Amino acid sequence: MEFSQITISAALPEFILISLALVMVLIAAFAKQSETDGEGSIKMVRTLSLLGYFAAFLALFSVPDGRVVLFNELFAVNDLVIYMKGLILVGAFFASWLVSEQWGEGVDRPEFHLLVLMAVIGMLLMVSANNLISLYMALELQSLPLYVVAAMRTSSLKSSEAGLKYFLLGALSSGLLLYGASLVYGFSGSTNFDAIASSLSGGASVGMIVGMVFLLSGLAFKISAAPFHMWTPDVYEGAPTPVTALFAIVPKVAGMTLLMNVTYSAFGNITDQWMQILIALSVASMIVGATGAIMQQNIKRMLAYSSIAHMGYALAGLAAGTPEGASAVVIYMTTYVFMGAAAFGVIMTMRREGTPVEKISDLAGLSASHPLLAAAMMVVMFSMAGIPPLAGFFGKWYVFLAAVNAGLIPLAVIGVLTSVIGAFYYLRIIRLMYFEDSDAPLDDGASHQNRMVLIVSVGFILLFFFGIGALSQEASSIVSVYF
Amino acid sequence: MISSWPLLSVITFLPLTGVLFLMLIRGNEEAIAANSRLVALWVSGFTFVLSLYLYVGFDPEMMGYQFEERADWITGSGISYHLGIDGISMPFILLATFLTPLSILASWKSITHRVRDYMIAFLVLEVMMVGMFASLDMLMFYLFFEGVLIPMFIIIGVWGGAERVYAAFKFFLYTLLGSVLMLVCMLVMYQMAGTTDIPALAAFAFSPEIQFWLFLGFFASFAVKVPMWPVHTWLPDAHVQAPTAGSMILAGVLLKMGGYGFLRFSLPMFPDASEYFAPFIFVLSIVAVIYTSLVALAQSDMKKLIAYSSVAHMGFVTIGIFTLTEQGIAGAMFQMISHGLVSAALFFCVGVVYDRLHTREISAYGGVVDAMPRYAAFFMFMMLASVGLPGTSGFVGEMLVLVGAWEASHWVAILAATGLILGACYMLWLYRRVVFGRAEKPEILEMVALDRREVMIFVPLTILVLWFGIYPATLLDVMAYTVSDIMANVASDLSIQTVMR
Repeated sequence: MEFSQITISAALPEFILISLALVMVLIAAFAKQSETDGEGSIKMVRTLSLLGYFAAFLALFSVPDGRVVLFNELFAVNDLVIYMKGLILVGAFFASWLVSEQWGEGVDRPEFHLLVLMAVIGMLLMVSANNLISLYMALELQSLPLYVVAAMRTSSLKSSEAGLKYFLLGALSSGLLLYGASLVYGFSGSTNFDAIASSLSGGASVGMIVGMVFLLSGLAFKISAAPFHMWTPDVYEGAPTPVTALFAIVPKVAGMTLLMNVTYSAFGNITDQWMQILIALSVASMIVGATGAIMQQNIKRMLAYSSIAHMGYALAGLAAGTPEGASAVVIYMTTYVFMGAAAFGVIMTMRREGTPVEKISDLAGLSASHPLLAAAMMVVMFSMAGIPPLAGFFGKWYVFLAAVNAGLIPLAVIGVLTSVIGAFYYLRIIRLMYFEDSDAPLDDGASHQNRMVLIVSVGFILLFFFGIGALSQEASSIVSVYF
Repeated sequence: MISSWPLLSVITFLPLTGVLFLMLIRGNEEAIAANSRLVALWVSGFTFVLSLYLYVGFDPEMMGYQFEERADWITGSGISYHLGIDGISMPFILLATFLTPLSILASWKSITHRVRDYMIAFLVLEVMMVGMFASLDMLMFYLFFEGVLIPMFIIIGVWGGAERVYAAFKFFLYTLLGSVLMLVCMLVMYQMAGTTDIPALAAFAFSPEIQFWLFLGFFASFAVKVPMWPVHTWLPDAHVQAPTAGSMILAGVLLKMGGYGFLRFSLPMFPDASEYFAPFIFVLSIVAVIYTSLVALAQSDMKKLIAYSSVAHMGFVTIGIFTLTEQGIAGAMFQMISHGLVSAALFFCVGVVYDRLHTREISAYGGVVDAMPRYAAFFMFMMLASVGLPGTSGFVGEMLVLVGAWEASHWVAILAATGLILGACYMLWLYRRVVFGRAEKPEILEMVALDRREVMIFVPLTILVLWFGIYPATLLDVMAYTVSDIMANVASDLSIQTVMR
């Protein structure tokens, strides 16, 4: 294989991050030897990974426009992929930025940032996968580090449980996915997306459809769409909070993009077949997400259900199977990243006497003790509930618009009704912060980086309506690669 | 000069500058509170003065929209930033900008904690209200229509009474449930017409079958907002729990969003469905008028009584709109403006005595006239205006609605008229129990007479109610052309349908 300039520039972000990962392995290995130097090396690793995300983000601008296929057609980039990679890197930047060196919970080790970096590389490759083999490899590269970081708080039973549960169910879903992939390979004669697509031009055989169902089930697990969501609440709750923030913000973007790649490019000729699966996943996720969150006491657990619901809404756009649907997903995932970052920006400042707290009731009276923090959380909650004129509303507007345009009016009706149910639990948080008092207020002072993340993401949510015109145009132009 | 400004945008978003100032205020708690009140009052007062120019510069004989502004928003999608007013939205904008400074004044002393947040919520609320009435784009309309929920939820929930959490949730979820169904209908309309521009949608001919469903979706939202029986149950809770100024704005402006929606969307866009559903709406409205009047008779809480009376009065509004006659619609418009002024004043009447005695129980009062003669006079005037005494604005609206209803159906007019009698019963009885009688309780005699601030709130409301009662043409002329325009469109759509059948 020869490396031309186009190869290098098209995969430059991945190259940057992979070389950085090698450097960080060395740093992490040598930092181990001197205990006293530990904190310095965490700081160094964290800074390096932040710089790496930033550099990779900049490198995205060097990726050539249009569709480029590399490495024996294992790896493809196009405008949509570039955009989604940008979103993943922004999300990863937020998630790593939120973790201070002194966080504790087992993530105060250089390995944490290294593992996250590896997972991010996996996600970038996942988004670019153009072949069932590279899809699987990238997916595992993303998953394995995430299993480890979920269990990183070794002193906590819940964290170990989260890691184990995530690993076992993840392995199961990988099995499903592999089985599906083997069937698809058997019936189409190729693992390449383009070849699969051309073999389907005359319709699909039953075996092919069975394979596709397995494949989509495996991917549904990765984005925690119901009924493959079982792991999500436990992992969100058990994992250290910075890890939960990462889970909430980034992998969903990658998973959704991969799902979009598989359905729109590999199975683009049998839209009618996968549409029904996605509709079922979407409805189930919206209902499970909306009803499951109502009784939750732990805010991370509540956000887990909230993310299931969000995936349901995004899937509603994907299920439309139209250009509007695809661009709606792009818009939805964009708002999702910023809402997630803002929500965890608040959660990660919740401390009482120095220790992090994560009960919903700990937010009581926040508006009296921390007016700005409470206002930020209120904006995020209203946005997640889809109340205009905040960002979350526009995501829902485009998703449901796509569903209506595709003739899926019942899906849109179910979607808006579940969003009313969902509004209830978002309002519950606002109620605690604003309508109730607390005699044990949280600690003062958000850390510097939390404040920055909050300013950026809450500003984005508040001022989103200014940019929606540009974003919707961008979204509809980048998804044109599929149509 | 001023005519070249984007005046509507300025009026809509001016309160946001107040929000900015409020956030910048520094100092100890008392200074913040005092300055917040002043900033909010000045900004909303200035907004009102600016909005007067809408009245002065408004040409009632011009067809179509005035003060129009259009800017690119979501390019190439048929969604744009489009503002403009006509004869039915202009009075509402003035009502909103007029009531906001009055309600800020009304909460001058009764709101003592977190004054700054309170004022921010009120100014944001004003932006949402004015923006909603000024929007000529369906998506923008929806943004403002729903956006109202955020500040109102906070106002009820933070500064409300003992059951405020329940009331705030009920208000929010009820309204949201109605609105999301409207949202789906908006998406369908956007898909069919390819634009969210309201004038373009009004000109677009939706087929009668589609109109049927679209009407129901919009109805779900507006009926909750109005509110119509049987989806009115959020209103008594919200009113009773909201602070006085919250009730004033809720009854004065927010309830009108439903009636305005019917006039702006349902009638011009779904004329066939409007005609089809008119009998159904008459039934609901008559039930509202009679049933809620009877319920009002049984109330022991002053605010609850006035809340139920609001439902009854808004029943007249929906009857008037769906008579599909010019008198009926003009009457409904007039009734909405009149009710906006009168109910705001009545809620303030309750607030005044509540500030002194801290109870809303009717039985706790009696003989207030001895301690507060001027208050008794204002209360009596507003009570009579609510009953519909000739010479007050309440009379004109109800009269026109009944004339229109008589044309549509005699029975509707007769049954609605019984509501007027019941209305007189419960209002007079309320007044007798609160104001007259012998003041036996010592605390009643110790009640302080109205101060200058309270008189300053009553006087402008009284003048307007009286003026509209004596010379209703001030208001009727402004909306006459728009109303006949709506009617002409509805009539021509209906006649085309009849010919095609």
